[in-house]
Amino acid sequence: MRIRRTLLWIPGNNPAMMANAPILRADTIGLDNEDAVQPGDKDAARILIRNYLESVRGKHPLELAVRINDVTTPYWKDDITCIAPAQPDAFIVPKVERPEDLYLVHELLTQVEKEHGLPENEIKLLPILETALGIENAFLIASTTTGRLDGIMMGGEDLVTSLGALRTREGREIDYARCRIVSAARACNLNPIDTVFPDVEDIEGMIADTKYSRQIGYSGRAVISPRHVTYANEVYSPSEKDILYAQEVLEAYEEGRRLGKGAVSLHGKMIDAPMIPRAQQVLEIAKMIRGGKL
Amino acid sequence: MKETKLCHSIEDAIRACGLRDGMTVDFNHHLRDGDYVIPMVMNAIGKLGIKDIKVFSAGIFNGMMNRGLTDLIHQGVITSTEVTGNSSILGGMISRGELPKVCRFHTHGGRARTIVEEDLHIDVCFVAAPTADCMGNCNGVEGPNAFGSIGYSMSSSRYADKTVVITDNLVPYPLQRTSIDESVVDYVVQVDAIGDPNGIATGIAKPTKDPLALIIAEYASKTIEFSGLLKDGFSYQAGAGGPSIATTRYLSEIMKRKKVHGSFILGGVTGTSVDLLEEGLFDTIMDVQCFDRKAAASLRDDPRHREISDACYAMRGGPNGNRSCAVDSLDVVVLGALEIDLDFNCNLVVNSSGLITGGAGGHTDTAEGSKMSMIVAPLRRTRYPTVVKKCTSITTPGKDVDVLITEYGISVNPKNQELALRLKDAGLKVVSIEELQALAESMTGIPDEVRFGDRLVAEVIGRNGEVIDRVYNILE
Repeated sequence: MRIRRTLLWIPGNNPAMMANAPILRADTIGLDNEDAVQPGDKDAARILIRNYLESVRGKHPLELAVRINDVTTPYWKDDITCIAPAQPDAFIVPKVERPEDLYLVHELLTQVEKEHGLPENEIKLLPILETALGIENAFLIASTTTGRLDGIMMGGEDLVTSLGALRTREGREIDYARCRIVSAARACNLNPIDTVFPDVEDIEGMIADTKYSRQIGYSGRAVISPRHVTYANEVYSPSEKDILYAQEVLEAYEEGRRLGKGAVSLHGKMIDAPMIPRAQQVLEIAKMIRGGKL
Repeated sequence: MKETKLCHSIEDAIRACGLRDGMTVDFNHHLRDGDYVIPMVMNAIGKLGIKDIKVFSAGIFNGMMNRGLTDLIHQGVITSTEVTGNSSILGGMISRGELPKVCRFHTHGGRARTIVEEDLHIDVCFVAAPTADCMGNCNGVEGPNAFGSIGYSMSSSRYADKTVVITDNLVPYPLQRTSIDESVVDYVVQVDAIGDPNGIATGIAKPTKDPLALIIAEYASKTIEFSGLLKDGFSYQAGAGGPSIATTRYLSEIMKRKKVHGSFILGGVTGTSVDLLEEGLFDTIMDVQCFDRKAAASLRDDPRHREISDACYAMRGGPNGNRSCAVDSLDVVVLGALEIDLDFNCNLVVNSSGLITGGAGGHTDTAEGSKMSMIVAPLRRTRYPTVVKKCTSITTPGKDVDVLITEYGISVNPKNQELALRLKDAGLKVVSIEELQALAESMTGIPDEVRFGDRLVAEVIGRNGEVIDRVYNILE
């Protein structure tokens, strides 16, 4: 599973920000042709995104994803036919409410891949669930069999509108949806990617919210400001303490197995089966981060 | 008490000094864009019908130009300037050949040397002083328009034929706290206002939120951390740009973490430097110029914050010069640059469009004097590369520059291999300057070559009075 601690939104019509994107330390760049771009600018942004992808492809290790417009708009097909030949790593599909939305995108994408002789299913899909219906259909969407799904994103801002709720700093109004998406994504072995923290200036609030996000199971989040990247990366990365503990767990487990013990303890606590893959996951993530891949 | 030195007006003081055509007048620039004194004096000189004046000032800013200096150049009252820095209006006029005589750009230390060794003779020095008494004792830290250190009038007031103190806060004799004393002052003029002290922060960056500047600052602070110089007794100077101020903030965190206690901060002082003093990270600040009101207040109130003269700051020591100066005891200086080239030469004077826009300030002095000089700069500014094959103009020679920090990596001057090894061992992203230049060019393309004419309009002067570079008129 790909590590996506941070997915940084970059407006698709802002070449200056796009040029600097590779050094902003996000694991994924989300080039946006949806909310950040006015209808009159979408065609120009499309071409800019395509040219940008062609110019940076293979030069940087980071993932390059493109947010297209949702399937109810007149823009999404042009987004895909124009940009897919430049082979982004993924298309981010907003306002997905049912599996059919994803199948529509998948079919067009497959057609474009064939026309351009591109390998099939290499471009992944990251749906954003950001309406009440999308949240209720989370598991159905996560279990679509396009072969392209690589994560599920949570979209808090539109969801609040859809719910008729009030957006707060604490975010209790989106708590149910956040948990539901984590559960659906994990059930289908997909990356759950949390919503943005909307206040750029509130670094303290962003860190606290990211810690909560990590606590409930998210492995990364979207961010709207480069200033949030470093902080979020840190929260979603295993700490030195986490790594040390994971190593101890695996050593204790191996030692127990060697001695034929059914159960072992570490620092007075039992080491049981679910702790083993968790420890392995921590070390695997740490290895990917420190191995220069991220 | 004997008769006072008070004149009724600036015109009276000018007449009393015997100023006439072809002479040189000197000013400090401590109020920067908020300065009223330079325009007031020069307008008065113009009204008296005096022409062909050379303005020898530590700096000339756009605010001063807009208060009359532009017209005085057109009228032939001002025919040349010698400064350590200027902003775009005067720079543009020089570049277009609108001043009839060749202008010169000095370093801060070089300016002091020029005064002390009388390479250039000052006929009248005008001192903008926030507080003074009737005999000319004055300081920069008291009064409604206090700007802090008055360091850039200290040498010139001593060596000029005549010195006039201009103040808006005349206090009873004797002024208790004195930076320039009556022994060098001939006349005193009281005016309504010497300037707006809010203008002293002109061009000084607020704490930056720019993510690229923060990346540069992070690399810069780590470069200092692993340079081998960050230990007890450490001394430090940083400029007033966004990356420099952010570097200072990051450095303070490293000093706290590593429990390093510094000796002195030098400069050009900002409120950020004052924070480090107040946090107990350094023993003292040596201050030739305050860049904001917080620094000015600190100089007034904190005895650990010490005022120094321009000569003490940066005038090179040696058999014919000063005994010593503070920049030569500096461990690390963090500087900016308009351009830096493959030989690490830095350009501070001429922008990539070929227009004069800045000045050396203390750049060349501190780069040469410090143990490690660091240039912090973005790889490109809009569509112009900062890292170039060859600078449009050279201000600080590459031999005095140790390391360049950009958001895309750190490049160490090959003369300093030990530093390169230290930084690589620490896991920092060290790349060659050729790689950075190629990367910059790949992003911006190759800019059109700037076309200059054959008329010499300015000379860039080094610390010792040598001509480092010549600037010709721009063809537009």
